[in-house]
Amino acid sequence: MDKLIPSPDAGIEGVKDGATILMGGFGLCGIPESLIAALRRKGSRNLTIVSNNAGVDDFGIGILLQNQQVKKMVSTYVGENKLFERLVFEGALEIELNPQGTFAERLRAGGAGIPAFYTPTGYGTIVAKDKETREFDGRMFVLEHAIRGQFAFIKAWRGDRWGNLVYRKTAANFNPMMATAADFVIAEVEELVKVGELDPNNVHTPGIYVDAIFQGTNYEKRIERRRTRSA
Amino acid sequence: MILNQDERSQRIASRISKELRDGFYVNLGIGIPTQVANFVPRGMDVILQSENGMLGIGPYPTDPEVDPDIINAGKETVTELRGTCYFSSADSFAMIRGGHIDLTVLGALQVDEKGSLANWAIPGKMLKGMGGAMDLVAGAKRVFVAMEHATRERAPKIVTRCTLPLTGVEVVHYIVTELAVIQVTPGGLLLQELAADTTVEYVQSLTEPKLTLPPGGPAPMLLQL
Repeated sequence: MDKLIPSPDAGIEGVKDGATILMGGFGLCGIPESLIAALRRKGSRNLTIVSNNAGVDDFGIGILLQNQQVKKMVSTYVGENKLFERLVFEGALEIELNPQGTFAERLRAGGAGIPAFYTPTGYGTIVAKDKETREFDGRMFVLEHAIRGQFAFIKAWRGDRWGNLVYRKTAANFNPMMATAADFVIAEVEELVKVGELDPNNVHTPGIYVDAIFQGTNYEKRIERRRTRSA
Repeated sequence: MILNQDERSQRIASRISKELRDGFYVNLGIGIPTQVANFVPRGMDVILQSENGMLGIGPYPTDPEVDPDIINAGKETVTELRGTCYFSSADSFAMIRGGHIDLTVLGALQVDEKGSLANWAIPGKMLKGMGGAMDLVAGAKRVFVAMEHATRERAPKIVTRCTLPLTGVEVVHYIVTELAVIQVTPGGLLLQELAADTTVEYVQSLTEPKLTLPPGGPAPMLLQL
């Protein structure tokens, strides 16, 4: 078994116009930089992108927005992206906003064979509009449906040819759930290691979920808000 | 005494820090809430949670310590502490929704007399998204709002009924401003503490619903400054 592919471009060959793609990352932390760049090169359009945020104007998902490749974003927080705001107010981009915990759980459910679940989050707000509600033990809950994608773009720290993945610090974020919730899962890693080198006690995403893997190059890992203190 | 914006924020953060207890797991929102971390009493272990998958947030890094893989929910670079742990966003919100967070502090655009909160959208004007706020108010054991008492134009932010899109219905337990500490009770808003440099009448003039007073009147606002 060998899931190693030569390039991000090889990984996304099957992406067609109109595809739904899950993309890991929180802000610019833990985003699949190489796969996003390859998708921009390929130029697929009318995409639905499921990602917590929408990048910044000139990096991350922002470069797909610039190139008018995105029809709809499913996200939780899109502030501080002027291009994004303009596209939405002009009607050029559809947005579905989710509470972040609901978003995470919808993805987890999507990968775990759970079609829908009840959550207290958002009851009585516009996110519960037209959704089924139900009372459990005197409290009201909202029925939320699972999310799945045709593709998932995953960024991990280390991985092997079998697709076992390890994330680093807060760069894990949505990557572990998204890696379980798509028909075809492509992982990019900073360091590809030999099968057997990862500590079996500390594999975060077992290889069963991953269809293709490659080692990325020249990671920029841009910092959105560099905040420091004096030494 | 006229406080500038920084002084108002510090006073609010300082007052909220009085609610911290040893062993509390706390989630702080962006803005004034973040500053509560600066007032954790010495010797008290308070573990800060970040929605993006971290328990045990350390201070901002020095230049050489900056690591793009360690950020807080405000996307700022932070550091880890001894005992810090990392986890996925699904685990993070299981903690939040599952009632494991002792205290959360959030900012607000409006809070109403029933404790409903609006803090994520102004239709046609501001498009940001709710992030983790709806989950935090649905799941945390104690929900505190930290905000300036009124808008810059001195319009009330504590209102009879929120007019902006809601974050949660009847979720807020306490409102802390630079002027007062207000408890949300089934009988309405109770003015528990009053800052030394204001009056009940002034606070009421900046508050839409009628405030109720505890027997003997409000206590002086506890501060750590």
